[in-house]
Amino acid sequence: MTERPTGHTNTNSNLERVLAAGEFAVCGELGPPRSADAEVIADHARHFHGYVDAVNITDNQTAIVRMSSIAAGALLREVGLEPVIQMTCRDRNRLAQQADLLGAAAMGLNTLLCLSGDHQVFGDEDTARNVYDIDSMHLLQMVRKMRDDRQFMSGTDLEGAEPRFFVGAAANPFADPFEFRVVRLAKKVAAGAEFIQTQAVYDVDRFARWMEAARDMGLHEKVSIMAGLVPPKSAGALRYMKNNVSGMRIPEELIRRMSGAQDPKEEGIQITVEIIQQVREIEGVRGVHIMPIMWESALPEIVSRAGLTPRPDLS
Amino acid sequence: MIVAERKAISDILQMIEGAGRVLVVGCGTCVTVCLAGGEKEVAVCASLLRLQNQGEDRDLTVAEATIERQCEWEFARELDELVPDCDAIVSLACGAGVQTLAAQFEDTPVFPGLNTQFIGIPEEQGVWTEHCLACGECVLDKTGGICPIARCAKTILNGPCGGSQDGKCEINPETDCAWQLIFDRLKRLGRLHMLEEIEPPKNWSHSSDGGPRKVKREDMIL
Repeated sequence: MTERPTGHTNTNSNLERVLAAGEFAVCGELGPPRSADAEVIADHARHFHGYVDAVNITDNQTAIVRMSSIAAGALLREVGLEPVIQMTCRDRNRLAQQADLLGAAAMGLNTLLCLSGDHQVFGDEDTARNVYDIDSMHLLQMVRKMRDDRQFMSGTDLEGAEPRFFVGAAANPFADPFEFRVVRLAKKVAAGAEFIQTQAVYDVDRFARWMEAARDMGLHEKVSIMAGLVPPKSAGALRYMKNNVSGMRIPEELIRRMSGAQDPKEEGIQITVEIIQQVREIEGVRGVHIMPIMWESALPEIVSRAGLTPRPDLS
Repeated sequence: MIVAERKAISDILQMIEGAGRVLVVGCGTCVTVCLAGGEKEVAVCASLLRLQNQGEDRDLTVAEATIERQCEWEFARELDELVPDCDAIVSLACGAGVQTLAAQFEDTPVFPGLNTQFIGIPEEQGVWTEHCLACGECVLDKTGGICPIARCAKTILNGPCGGSQDGKCEINPETDCAWQLIFDRLKRLGRLHMLEEIEPPKNWSHSSDGGPRKVKREDMIL
């Protein structure tokens, strides 16, 4: 894999343009509604205007049925924001995934995040059959094959315009085994990932060690790594994540700091800003992905205080 | 072995409702070893049916038999003389055994007394775990002898996913992460480099996704 020249882009993705311009990128995140209510998207999105380069749209996150990420992404685009469409391997086989990729691209969506997906036991449809026909590594390869070789996974040629996605993957520096985490990142890069969004960073030391290992393999020059952040709303929220969300590492010291805070929300914003400042100092970190779960209103304050405004206008 | 568990007696009673003479048939192979459908379990199941029957004042007689393997015709035929005397058969075998009896005794209803669980091994006394999904294309050569198809909740071929923590799977703290086991095993064998390659997508047509499967050995066909 060769390093891309600065400024070069393969797609119409705003996130790709921002990263290619060498800017420190900012992504938000929005969970689609558990209804057919289109207005919810515009309502939640109003907090993001002017503060992010793109907004991740989750795909039935935590295995709970929601409006599809592609439909919600198309609605988000109508209100002038760029969606990062998340696609998991849990609910669709390769036929359905390729069909949806064609449809999403036809609607003008151009940024994609490839994931395995949370297992269905976590959700309210826990008697469902899961799919996992292919894994996230294969999904990356498939998207790149459709874009770059104009071929379906089977090897058959596309019969017209190819879906042009700027394609990304997730990485979790906090899961085990730690020494394999960067090897798996390298595999995702080899499979075609152009950007990486990580699991939420609370343990900055461990994240820094993971980045060091990534730099040792030269991965920071081959892929744009964005650090994930979940602004904590309360000590209870942190404790819940620590105990219930697998692959999360939250230092006790952080929970104590939140418990002792007079204004936990203000403290949560401050902690998030501090983590942004810390990860920004780490060589190879090219942006942040802020996931304000049910707390979108905190995002403008966080981005402003972290000194990340105004966002570059490269359209 | 094939691991199974007995259905609730109430469920079995519901299936055999209306039958006066019932034959409970055990299997002497896998389900004997996993303590679900051997001679002893047949005796227990038959006794429970009789007891329940006494309570409900139904006119039910229960006979017992256990054959070496219910999934083979030559053993199934050993029941030829017993079956005509019964109105229903309760088979304490895996799904293959139940279906063999159903095919052998076309005029007698055959009901499953077990829920067939998986192909597995005993973990400890009284505990069995799944180890093989019969996917039709074994990958154990690449994964240190630990199966990600049967033992990873997401059947991931390029794991571990982000939900692996402290050696456990995200879906259940009692379940080992198969990919942590694979990693540890290949490390021990000095073969960790094997995990650097991307394992290509699986050809599921060799699995049950390709429709009911058949194995033909031309050299053995008479």
